[in-house]
Amino acid sequence: MDFMSILRVAWRALSRNKLRSSLTMLGVIIGVGAVIAMVGVGQGASQAVQQQISAMGSNVVFVSSGTVNRGGLRLGWGQTKSLVYDDMRAIVRECAAVRTAAPGASSAEQVVFANDNWFTNVQGTEPQYFDIRDWTLAAGVPFTQPDVEAAANVAVIGNTVRQNLFGATDPVGQTIRIKDLPFRVVGVLNAKGQSAHMGQDQDDVIFVPITTLQKKLTGDTWLRFIVVSAVSRQASYAAQQEITALLRDRHRIRPGEDDDFIVRNLADIAQLADESSRVMTLLLASIASVSLIVGGIGIMNIMLVSVTERTREIGIRMAIGATEDDVQRQFLIEAVVLSLIGGAVGILFGIGSSLLITRLLGWAVVISPAAIAVAALFSGAVGIFFGFYPARKAARLDPIEALRFE
Amino acid sequence: MSTVVQPASPADTSRPTSELIRVEEVHKYYELGETRVHALRGVSVTISRGEFVAIMGASGSGKSTFMNLLGCLDRPSSGRYLLESTDVAQLDKKALAAIRNRKLGFVFQGFNLLSRTTALENVELPTLYAQLNKEERLTRAREALRTVGLEDRMDHFPSQLSGGQQQRVAIARSLVNRPSILLADEPTGNLDSRTSVEIMDVFQQLNDQGLTIVLVTHEPDISRFAKRTLLFRDGKIRRDDPVADRPRAGEVLKALPKLED
Repeated sequence: MDFMSILRVAWRALSRNKLRSSLTMLGVIIGVGAVIAMVGVGQGASQAVQQQISAMGSNVVFVSSGTVNRGGLRLGWGQTKSLVYDDMRAIVRECAAVRTAAPGASSAEQVVFANDNWFTNVQGTEPQYFDIRDWTLAAGVPFTQPDVEAAANVAVIGNTVRQNLFGATDPVGQTIRIKDLPFRVVGVLNAKGQSAHMGQDQDDVIFVPITTLQKKLTGDTWLRFIVVSAVSRQASYAAQQEITALLRDRHRIRPGEDDDFIVRNLADIAQLADESSRVMTLLLASIASVSLIVGGIGIMNIMLVSVTERTREIGIRMAIGATEDDVQRQFLIEAVVLSLIGGAVGILFGIGSSLLITRLLGWAVVISPAAIAVAALFSGAVGIFFGFYPARKAARLDPIEALRFE
Repeated sequence: MSTVVQPASPADTSRPTSELIRVEEVHKYYELGETRVHALRGVSVTISRGEFVAIMGASGSGKSTFMNLLGCLDRPSSGRYLLESTDVAQLDKKALAAIRNRKLGFVFQGFNLLSRTTALENVELPTLYAQLNKEERLTRAREALRTVGLEDRMDHFPSQLSGGQQQRVAIARSLVNRPSILLADEPTGNLDSRTSVEIMDVFQQLNDQGLTIVLVTHEPDISRFAKRTLLFRDGKIRRDDPVADRPRAGEVLKALPKLED
């Protein structure tokens, strides 16, 4: 039996039970659509992350305090108290690949302005921090090195804090209270959005001189992190090496012992973020493909019903000369047609829901041709896989029994 | 009412031998759980080209089993079945399917047409499995429908046809691949007596043109239209008689009152 005739027979058999066929296809439609939409969401997220990371400047190296192992109890990152201001000075002084660096420590505080208050992250740093992170001011000026030396009560506020405390009021020159201490707002930062690897709101922050934070707010002497700017993008790896060697030496870490700090350059972070969004994409896609498999089981179910219903037809076809292969091919192609049509509709459905997600949730969704191709192939494979058993069952029927079937 | 215009089996003249079917000491057992059913207990018969054989017998006599063997739907447990000198018992399923397709034509009691498929497409079906090209398929299907007098019903669905017309479509389907032999299993079992005679008229005309026909029936009225009757009982052929004064179905029809409805 030639291919076109088989296709025609399959099409006719399927259109005979339109409702049943469409309900069966629905499983595949949802499966394929979900795979495409989920992969789209994952890839969109990964693309957004990459854009944000490259916007941060690729020659930035982060040094954070590390984990500590206290009697077998390992605390998380940022728990050691060994990273200090002098480490930063030493990094700038001794590492050839480092252009400049800024310290960082933070404290979560309730901040008050007039009748409004806001709980936010107060970060201590030095003026070059804004330069390293390429963070510009929307109004006012950053605090200065003399402010740092004097441990002055001045603050540069992030955009989120501005919105929540000041509303329409111009914050520059106003006084806010942090832990009952008055701080004069000297500058307002431009919005930076969510951070690349954590998804935190980077604008929900108040920057004060590091000295002010340590002496007046926390009383600590250690740093949570140091932001380092390498002399060039190529130098960031060398900077990472130099900093690691220097800090191991300064912290007297013997060979074989673990670092009590972590040094990451942005390329690493970008890779990490990429990795994690790839894992997320994979996870979403595999959840979605479960529904594709469920759709396949639906096809198998309906094909088994169809084989039973059409036992007599199979008997007739065998009596007039259909071979087992002919019968098997016919039912297999029916299942594949079912799943491929479902796949085609599912692709449209997936593209549609990707666009809808972009429209409604504002997420960047990438409609990737690769995902569409894979989904199409996969739906065909589902048809073959789940259609095989019913087709085999049809082909194995005894023509005499089949002809007698009522 | 039915005028046969085309010879259905031109292959007959090309073969020198007149022996079409040779069955030798055929036995057939079925295993039904613990018990073994001995359906055929040593059947031997020879059928030549151009014969018109009616197989008679009560139910359980083995006649249906014998038809299934002749029709290559089943294989004997022992013995030999030579169809055009080919030992069918030795063939695999694929080869059997090819024989059913090209050498045999089936007509069943229940017509066994595909529903929601036009008469023409039903008749075309065996040619699809014979890998003929589309043009040839349609030509043959139309020709076969003309042979049974249904050229004006080609696009009708089985549900739009009377029982007699459905059986004619089934006969056309069995002829479309120009078989050597036509096997009919109780072809008139579901038809009234007048329509039964009409169908026998079609068979007689086909037989006149040289087509070999083997027909199973339990109605003596029907078997007398054949040229030879085999009587089965308990898995064996008990009698093998030529039909003495064989009536022409066409003549009988003229004598029958016409029922208009």
